[in-house]
Amino acid sequence: MMRARLHKQLWSSAGAMHLEVSLEVKPGELVALFGESGAGKTSILRMLAGLMKPDTGQITVNEDTWFDHESGIDLKPQKRRIGFLFQDYALFPNMTVRQNLEFALHKGQNKNDVNHMLQLMELEALQHQRPHKLSGGQQQRVALARAMVGKPEVLLLDEPLSALDREMRGKLQEHILKVHREFELKTLLVSHDVSEVIKMADRVLVLSEGSITKEGKPAEVFAGTAVSGKFQFTGEVLRLEPQDFLVIVSVLVGNDLVRVVAEQSEVANLKTGDKVLLASKAFNPIIKKIT
Amino acid sequence: MDWGPLILTFKLATITTLLLLGVSVPLAWWLAHTQRRWKPVVETLVSMPLVLPPTVLGFYLLMAFSPRGTFGAWLSDTLGLQLVFSFEGLVLASMIYSLPFMVHPIQSGLAALPPSLREAAQVLGKSKWTILFKVLLPNIRPALLSGIVLAFAHTIGEFGVVLMIGGNIPDQTKVASIAIYDEVEALNYGVANTYSLILFAITFAILLAVYLTNGKALKPFRR
Repeated sequence: MMRARLHKQLWSSAGAMHLEVSLEVKPGELVALFGESGAGKTSILRMLAGLMKPDTGQITVNEDTWFDHESGIDLKPQKRRIGFLFQDYALFPNMTVRQNLEFALHKGQNKNDVNHMLQLMELEALQHQRPHKLSGGQQQRVALARAMVGKPEVLLLDEPLSALDREMRGKLQEHILKVHREFELKTLLVSHDVSEVIKMADRVLVLSEGSITKEGKPAEVFAGTAVSGKFQFTGEVLRLEPQDFLVIVSVLVGNDLVRVVAEQSEVANLKTGDKVLLASKAFNPIIKKIT
Repeated sequence: MDWGPLILTFKLATITTLLLLGVSVPLAWWLAHTQRRWKPVVETLVSMPLVLPPTVLGFYLLMAFSPRGTFGAWLSDTLGLQLVFSFEGLVLASMIYSLPFMVHPIQSGLAALPPSLREAAQVLGKSKWTILFKVLLPNIRPALLSGIVLAFAHTIGEFGVVLMIGGNIPDQTKVASIAIYDEVEALNYGVANTYSLILFAITFAILLAVYLTNGKALKPFRR
């Protein structure tokens, strides 16, 4: 179990912000931190990793204290046994894929762990390449493999998939879930993508201006309480076309474009780019396997 | 023609550059990452030899190292070091004189690396020195090469500092630039010309080699 209480005064372009959160992650649980940029998501990860010092608070993992303001404990990042996936991958350009992983091994660790990780991430064919020769998705897989090869207990993912296209994202999400399950990790994922959170997270913490405003299962948190239908998707509004009394709303759900007819009053507060929930109550959905 | 001054010049430049590399890497590393309030003061001191007349630097070093002064007397009494009119003194003076040429390229190379490289290595449990030698320095090789070569070439080219603190002792402090001046004063234009041509050709070749290899050395780091 990882427990953290964190307080920190942050300064952003918008002015001062007081970050004050407490959170828990159980072994094998994947928790998402969701919120607008500037809400403090990345700062939370950096404080857990020891790359940023909280003003006050406490971080404990299992029986170990990583940070405790009162007793002055502040473990260095080197001592915390975490896997950290950076937004820009942070692969070492002077090393091949394999060397990047070997560098991450602890003293005395079996070199076979590198082979296992290369296999798990389907990187064997690329192991002797330098990072700059790889695509974004491949680089991110290497970064994930490198973060995991030292067998950390905690995995921190800082918007790891934001720079990738939709298809690549889907694959990487599978890979992350795979290592998360194989190693029973305590995983914290920073994301501002609703579909990603719904797909991956067991629990979501919604962060707004430095504090957690909502918490729960992703489907419940994002659905709100007004909708009771079981048949629902999240998507992004691409276009609103007013026609006499009605409005045709084009919504992107996954890779599919869905057109929905709505009354003007229903869409009064919608604009292009909004995240929306599509739900149906009156009809029975038909399920067919696609081959 | 006497080859002594040329050999002495390259010996001085080689020793100075090697010692300077050892000093400059930690200094540049500190300057690239520190947030101390007195960082600008250190930066200014490092850069002073760029703008100060070499004779000023040489004059103060002469004063400081003179066996009649307190510091100079202490040096010769306790360490047996005589830094005025000696090769050791020249090395020290050259290190100070060429310091910015070594520190600046390394410092800007380190500052240009994304901070996440260092942080990623920290999170992977690596010590400061492992990070410096295995991650940071290998990724600024072009900057290291620039620093080494500029410091080397700059030391070959010094005159004022050497004249002030080293004087003109054959095989001790009589470097090529001093020898040229000496020969011209004695109206031996032919010898002066030979020394000058050799210095010109060698420094040209060194700098050209850097620009050629830096083009190549940079390639693996371009996306």
